Amino acid sequence: MKQVFKRPETLIKTTTHFCPGCHHGTVHRLVAEAIDRLGVREDTIGVAGVGCGVFLYDYLAVDVCEAPHGRAPAVATGIKRVNPEKIVFTYQGDGDLASIGMSEVVHTANRGENITVIFVNNSVYGMTGGQMAPTTLLGQQTTTSPRGRDFHYDGYPIRMAEMLATLEGVAFAARVAVDKPANLRKAKQAVNTAFEMQAKNMGFTFVELLSACPTNWYMTPLAALRRIEEEMIPYYPLGIFRQRKAADYL
Amino acid sequence: MEERIMLKGSVALAEGALTAGCRYYFGYPITPQNDIPEYLSLHMPERGGVFIQAESEVASINMLLGAAAAGARAMTSSSGPGISLMQEGLSYMAGSELPCVVVNITRSGPGLGGISPTQGDYKQATCGGGHGDYYLIVLAPSSVQEMYDLTIRGFELADKYRNPVMILGDAILGQMKEPVTLRDAKPVTYDKPWALTGPKGRKPQLVKSLYLKDGEMEVHNWKLAEKYRRLAEEDTMVEVDEDADADIAVVAYGSCARIVISAVEMAREEGIRVSRIRPITLYPFPSGEIRRVSEKVGRFLTVEMNTGQMVRDVRLSVAPGCDVRLLARPGGAIPTPQQILAEIRKALE
Amino acid sequence: MLYDVIMAGFGGQGVLLIGDLLAFAAMREGRQVTWMPAYGVEMRGGAANCTVIISDRKIGSPLSVEPAALIAMSQPGLVKFRERVRPGGLMVINTSLADPESVARNDVEVVGLPANEIATEELNDPKNANMVVLGAFITKSGAVSFEKTLDSLSAFLPPERQRLAEGIARALQRGKLFAQEGR
Repeated sequence: MKQVFKRPETLIKTTTHFCPGCHHGTVHRLVAEAIDRLGVREDTIGVAGVGCGVFLYDYLAVDVCEAPHGRAPAVATGIKRVNPEKIVFTYQGDGDLASIGMSEVVHTANRGENITVIFVNNSVYGMTGGQMAPTTLLGQQTTTSPRGRDFHYDGYPIRMAEMLATLEGVAFAARVAVDKPANLRKAKQAVNTAFEMQAKNMGFTFVELLSACPTNWYMTPLAALRRIEEEMIPYYPLGIFRQRKAADYL
Repeated sequence: MEERIMLKGSVALAEGALTAGCRYYFGYPITPQNDIPEYLSLHMPERGGVFIQAESEVASINMLLGAAAAGARAMTSSSGPGISLMQEGLSYMAGSELPCVVVNITRSGPGLGGISPTQGDYKQATCGGGHGDYYLIVLAPSSVQEMYDLTIRGFELADKYRNPVMILGDAILGQMKEPVTLRDAKPVTYDKPWALTGPKGRKPQLVKSLYLKDGEMEVHNWKLAEKYRRLAEEDTMVEVDEDADADIAVVAYGSCARIVISAVEMAREEGIRVSRIRPITLYPFPSGEIRRVSEKVGRFLTVEMNTGQMVRDVRLSVAPGCDVRLLARPGGAIPTPQQILAEIRKALE
Repeated sequence: MLYDVIMAGFGGQGVLLIGDLLAFAAMREGRQVTWMPAYGVEMRGGAANCTVIISDRKIGSPLSVEPAALIAMSQPGLVKFRERVRPGGLMVINTSLADPESVARNDVEVVGLPANEIATEELNDPKNANMVVLGAFITKSGAVSFEKTLDSLSAFLPPERQRLAEGIARALQRGKLFAQEGR
């Protein structure tokens, strides 16, 4: 009988430390499947940002470098420039990428560094205990916005995929969600496309994945899934915002 | 005689990096060190290397972290304010045991300060500079030849100890031209089985500085401490110009030590018995040699282009009862040989 | 023996370049030498100066408090350093742009020559006024051998500037002649 489903080779068989209903495990799997699909596990180096995703090295059977908070794209730049033939990706959360690491991701994208950035947007700082992130929605309560995010003090939630899509160095910028099978299929496709384009030296590829953090949203996992659909997607539309057809920048 | 060529300090340093096999440079412009990136932007690609002007010093040091993690010899250069921004990355690199060379062609501070020669960054350089229990290996060239030689040595020491190395210079050393002899010998290289190249035919590898499990961090700190002890034992460098009957010893490093040479010559012409000590490694500090000299000489004079930073290390090193004086010129002021001579005379009154 | 000279003028007059050539010639003679340009706000146009020290021994300070000589290509350059030259020292002054009367010292040897006029009118080569002054300085001071300086020109100039060697040599020779004959 033909086997149609199995654990990806890149995904280490272990129990994760993630909370119930957390989507990091799902996103890890998508990354592992994309690496398996290209058959490049032994040629892949991941860069883990600071946040719940930092333990990437416990779950993915690739080389991993830990980066200071927000600096993963700069670290990945150094690794990729030394190993241009290897697959290099960063795995970053919203505090890491869109707040403290805004400068690094924008300039790495603008240089067209041939790396893939996996951006997990769950609208909250997870690891430090549920503080407000740059992607926290207006009115959303967090431990540092107890009355709800107020644009007078906190500004507005940042749409990273759209913003990076304006840069010439970017080959692929997409936003997907992992809340239900239909969206998950598109998410898988986007992650596959990003890694594939990197393998073809097409430039900087970026996938933003809308994900749930039930613990810091103070919700059950099921309610958290509904929140992605009802609150996040209306503000963060899904889609591909830039896709280069050829490697040539012109 | 081997062929000598006339080089600017910054250019000699850049050539030293290329000779050492450095093929990756990441940096952000800041005066007074721009000769280094300008030279390397032209010559690094010619030698098959990569030059990237980063968007900030924060990005520079992290690109360096990535290149080092991938096993390459890589370098950045900057000046005071930029070096301050790099402290985060330096702490991570020391914690992750990654080798690199960072050049600080200093400017006076605090703040934006000035661009004239200064030694105000001694404390920052020798005390680690960033958070946590670590040190940088700090080399202090005093001539254009040493800008070349110590840069090569810096790459060797960085790899030997898997620790960031800082070359601490200033505008005098960066701008001055002197004859230099380039070396033929190949630099010493080290295997890097820990480098991240993708887990082909081996287990996945990890470069990290995060240690959360019980007791793990203490073990790591002691491991680093043992490395620094071995470094001090094997690779402390100091130049001692000793008069066996000296009445006073003068301590200075870098460009300031050059001015001290002139002052000591003048003093000896007057019949004053004086020894001269020049730390070449500022970390590890040559405490042993200073202690040895101080057993015989009761008076020390430290000359520094700051308000008095190295003098504390000298005082910690000398034998009990030794009188350690200070001639300090901060803020870009440069002591003259005459001024140092006057201070030597005063100390001997 | 240690010989130190400060060269001062406006940016663009080639003050740093003649210092560089002098230092290069000294190195080719097998001597110790340092070349130290002025560093500071002066780098942004305006004044320029450098210090060259030539010695048979290891050189300490690359800066001079009381140099043996001054080359003044401009009046501000002369004013800035005229007090510092050692008694018994030498001042070579470009009288096209600086007034030797303003030295106001009788304990130094003063050589004045209208380098800009010589370079422009006689040599039809205004850019080499600095080399005319250097030629006179080397002849008067003996800091390096004049012939060795001429010999080192082709090694000194980068490949793309070799065509300048002839003009520079001519200007150096003219300066030498002035130093010897006073005209």
